[in-house]
Amino acid sequence: MSPVAPAHGTRRSRRFNPDRDVEEWHGRYLPYDLIKEVTIALVVVVILVVGLAVVFSSPDEKPVTVKSWSSASPVDFAQTAITELDGTSGTATYGPPYNATPGASQSVFGISPESFLGVHHPIDTANDYVLAPLRTLPDRPDVQAAVAQYTAAPAAQQAAWTAAYEKAVATAGTGADGVLTVPRGDYGPVGPIISSLTSMARSGALDGALLTSRQFYGTDYTKPLLFIADGTYLDNLAQGQHLSGDQWGMMNETGNFPGQAWLWLYTLWYQVPPMNSSSSGDLQVWAIMMILTLGLALLPFIPGLRSIPRWSRVYRLIWRQHYRDLAVAPRV
Amino acid sequence: MSIDTGTPVQAPTPPPANASADLPEDAAQWSARLRRSAVKALPPERLMPDRQPAYVASWIYVFGVLTVSALAVVIATGTVLAIMGPTWWHVSTVGLFVNSLHLWSVEVFFFTMIVHLWGKFFMAAWRGKRRATWITGVVSFVVSVGAAFTGYLSQQNFDSQWISTQAKDGINSTGAGAIFNVTNFGQMLMWHIVLLPLVVVALVGLHVLLVRLRGVVPPFAAPDEHGPAPAGRSEGPDGIPDVVVPTDAVVVATNGSANGHTTNGERA
Repeated sequence: MSPVAPAHGTRRSRRFNPDRDVEEWHGRYLPYDLIKEVTIALVVVVILVVGLAVVFSSPDEKPVTVKSWSSASPVDFAQTAITELDGTSGTATYGPPYNATPGASQSVFGISPESFLGVHHPIDTANDYVLAPLRTLPDRPDVQAAVAQYTAAPAAQQAAWTAAYEKAVATAGTGADGVLTVPRGDYGPVGPIISSLTSMARSGALDGALLTSRQFYGTDYTKPLLFIADGTYLDNLAQGQHLSGDQWGMMNETGNFPGQAWLWLYTLWYQVPPMNSSSSGDLQVWAIMMILTLGLALLPFIPGLRSIPRWSRVYRLIWRQHYRDLAVAPRV
Repeated sequence: MSIDTGTPVQAPTPPPANASADLPEDAAQWSARLRRSAVKALPPERLMPDRQPAYVASWIYVFGVLTVSALAVVIATGTVLAIMGPTWWHVSTVGLFVNSLHLWSVEVFFFTMIVHLWGKFFMAAWRGKRRATWITGVVSFVVSVGAAFTGYLSQQNFDSQWISTQAKDGINSTGAGAIFNVTNFGQMLMWHIVLLPLVVVALVGLHVLLVRLRGVVPPFAAPDEHGPAPAGRSEGPDGIPDVVVPTDAVVVATNGSANGHTTNGERA
């Protein structure tokens, strides 16, 4: 059907598309009290919310601190601390925005946005998590001597010490008082370094040292959070709360409370290949979600997809009274 | 120092409220133009209607206003939490209850919003120049997800620790982690209680105004089952009814009618 020429300069003709255009409504109008409806809706929501809050309350699991972690699991703490010192921890090898580890950035089709933006929250795990906090203990000359010996040693020597300690701490245990006991080995000053750091952590001093390293007032918990997340203690607690990634954790909440259920599609992609095993899985999931979100927003412009509502005929359920009325009194 | 002469001073008479409307020289004022445009686009009877088309007869229509109501409760309870500070709800029974109200209002908000979104999808509610209404709705949903997410990060408990350390990987992979640091509590709290609520409220407000402006989308025509096609229509070779529709005709169909009511509905 060819369009008729415009009736005047500002009007043009185009073909009627049922997924884009509508016909003018010439039917009946019924009384409608907007304010009354809003008021009733608000009252209903308030009653519902108050009821849910009274019956179910809300969860508030205490946060993990470096003190609670090192006290509950000193071996895991020591094993994590040594990886921070030798630069093999998750944070130490993360790449942007924390450090510039080569090859650590995720990419899709050769595009790596995090590499482009670079390091914005620099973390030197050996210094920030181990050596700098120990330097805040001036009344411990033995600790300062161990730190000085370690930092003055060549890199190869440092690597030999940390490797020996990692081997020894793998079979470490805890004494009756919960203190870490590591088998003897040729790990030089690393033994006293990690031992002192563990003691500092168990006293709670390390929590403060990690937070107040730059200023008195602080709200940035990046360093302690990443340190804690490098260990297995937090993971195990999350596993017990069905929060880990393979348990659809991002949409769950501690206990039996509903979490961010609206993230189900985002979480779904982490459960399926190749995203669940790819080293660039996060970026792949985000790329998929950005495309899907853009598609949802621009649905009115996408032929085929915008016809789904008409094809599905669910609208007949929504407007069933309207179609019944039409069946009784067809339009002309 | 002033001297009282005893002469009564007469206060200047304020101009009548509609004085400027009668002055032709003020017609070009920006304020006058804006007012005229606003009133023309959204006259009071359209902004706050008392009639609606008969096809607006389903429970699905209630979910839009329920969503706005839940958002009002979210903001009200969040305001109380903001007034008392981020630590309050961890140490106070009353605070925990207000936090519970906040949590459950968010759950209700998302539930009603998602039902509303699906309902509008199956109505193809973008038809008849309502694309902007659909887009602002979808963007409101996406920004609301971000607002809720930063709320979970601002809880200062185990949940927020776990979510932040897990979510950082996805956000860092996009490069956004350079600016948007999910492990920075202070930054996330600011986003949660200031920036994102402002955006959500602005978007929802715009969305509701667009609903008032364009009205509720009419039902699909059913010419194959309910009599002949409307006057002016014909069947195309593909079976889809063809009609010559001036572009502006859609606007006419959505913006007004001779009886003073909007032609395509008024409900949110």
